[in-house]
Amino acid sequence: MQVKEKMIEKLFLLIALSSITILALITFFIFEEGLPLILKIGPKAFLLGERWIPSKGLFGIFPMITSSFWVTLGALILGIPLGLACTIFLSELIPPSIGILLRPAIQLLAAIPSVIYGFWGLIVLVPLIQNYLGGPGLSILAGSLVLSFMILPTIITISEDSLKALPPSYKAGALALGATHWQTIWRVLIPAAKSGIVASVILGMGRAIGETMAMIMILGNAVKMPTSFLDSARTLTTNIGIEMGYASGDHRQALFATGIVLFFIIMALNILAIFLSRRRVD
Amino acid sequence: MGALLTIAVMILILLQILSEGLPVLYLRFFLDSPKNMGREGGIFSTIIGTLALTGVAILFGAPLGVGTAVFLREYTRESKISRIIRFGTDCLAGVPSIIFGLFGFVFFVIRLKLGWSILSGGLTLAAMILPTVISTAEESIKAIPPSYREVSYSLGGTKWQTITRVVLPSALPGIFTGILLSVGRSIGETAAVILTAGSSLVMPTSLFSPIRTMSVHFYILAREGISMKMAYGTGAALILLVLMINMIAQWLINRYIRHRT
Repeated sequence: MQVKEKMIEKLFLLIALSSITILALITFFIFEEGLPLILKIGPKAFLLGERWIPSKGLFGIFPMITSSFWVTLGALILGIPLGLACTIFLSELIPPSIGILLRPAIQLLAAIPSVIYGFWGLIVLVPLIQNYLGGPGLSILAGSLVLSFMILPTIITISEDSLKALPPSYKAGALALGATHWQTIWRVLIPAAKSGIVASVILGMGRAIGETMAMIMILGNAVKMPTSFLDSARTLTTNIGIEMGYASGDHRQALFATGIVLFFIIMALNILAIFLSRRRVD
Repeated sequence: MGALLTIAVMILILLQILSEGLPVLYLRFFLDSPKNMGREGGIFSTIIGTLALTGVAILFGAPLGVGTAVFLREYTRESKISRIIRFGTDCLAGVPSIIFGLFGFVFFVIRLKLGWSILSGGLTLAAMILPTVISTAEESIKAIPPSYREVSYSLGGTKWQTITRVVLPSALPGIFTGILLSVGRSIGETAAVILTAGSSLVMPTSLFSPIRTMSVHFYILAREGISMKMAYGTGAALILLVLMINMIAQWLINRYIRHRT
């Protein structure tokens, strides 16, 4: 009987190791496919090269890194204020009865596939930008706008959780000392929930950098250094997504190498977010 | 206020697609297969593809996820092993889908020689939904009062019996909700699916056949500009499906939480 129980426990241990195993497999295979190319043309040429011309063997991804950076920055500039506003609105400014309606609505919006957002961006946003602001419309601006909508639920739900986790005495104490509701929110509650809010922003950032489909649909696929928000561009993710279908040999390896860079960036962000949210619990 | 504006815009996005797409959703749309590269006909083969892929994903992802949760909650205290497992799960949750696509491509399609197939896509999706299943299953198991287990042990039950006859059945609603949420996510997943299951419009004949899911079909229609009408229709179908699944999941969560407390 005891032997059987021990065996079952070992079985469960094996099953539980699956997530770590998969993570290890992902890391291993992405590196195995992509690293040879990085070593072949040199990390500097790969990361800082400004020309991506697979047919000539040129694999510089600096324009993609820059574009990823700008699209994400734009999304954060739009998303953080909006996200914070929504969070404060949800947790402090509305009666609980409406909150019960709104929160599920936000979760539902988070569940909408990214291709839907991309489609809307393509149909509505791109022509708008093209007509009113100039340029091809397929632009970093469009990307940032759509991305900000996509990361909003992430920022809102996690920030709200951090606010909710604060001891009620914080708010009660501030109000008792004569602070107004707004003063309490801005000077007491938000600073106290800071690490949780920052964690939510970092997770949102990770989501933004990793977004592929919507970006393919509205960024425009221009493989050059972007000079303005109205330029078309290609991010690390769209680089992979667009060319993986027909790449082979060195070209394919270069796409995996792009994946390595992406993987690094996002893993770093996520680990940072994990540590931040663990710290908050203390 | 800024907050309401944002939510309003997002709802407008959905309404736009639904308004253009709903008229397309007559019964034949669902029952016909795409003809002429998707310009005409319906989306039947993509619906089958979506179902098949999700089915495989759940088939592999659910047992692994629930098993992990059982291990974490029933067989260990907070220890090095459990911390490592949790860390791995959290990291896995943050991996973007295009990376899963690359991984699935090189591992399942190429190395394991499964080719672009329902199997490759489903296994990749299983890996993607694993963190979600693990965390929801863990929450459900955590919510079961220790007294349930104590009673079982006092009646002479073994650990295995306690888990299978007491813990899991009680945690089932929560676990099911987690699986439902994963289904919703799988349906909307595109990047990883294109790279592992292909984009063939032909009705699949086996688990090794390539297929196109609804979301991939939607993406291809929109990007290649094949047919706006079909794109709207597919998009509307996609939105309705995902919303329906998530609303059921939320209703279940409400009912389950109220039942518990």
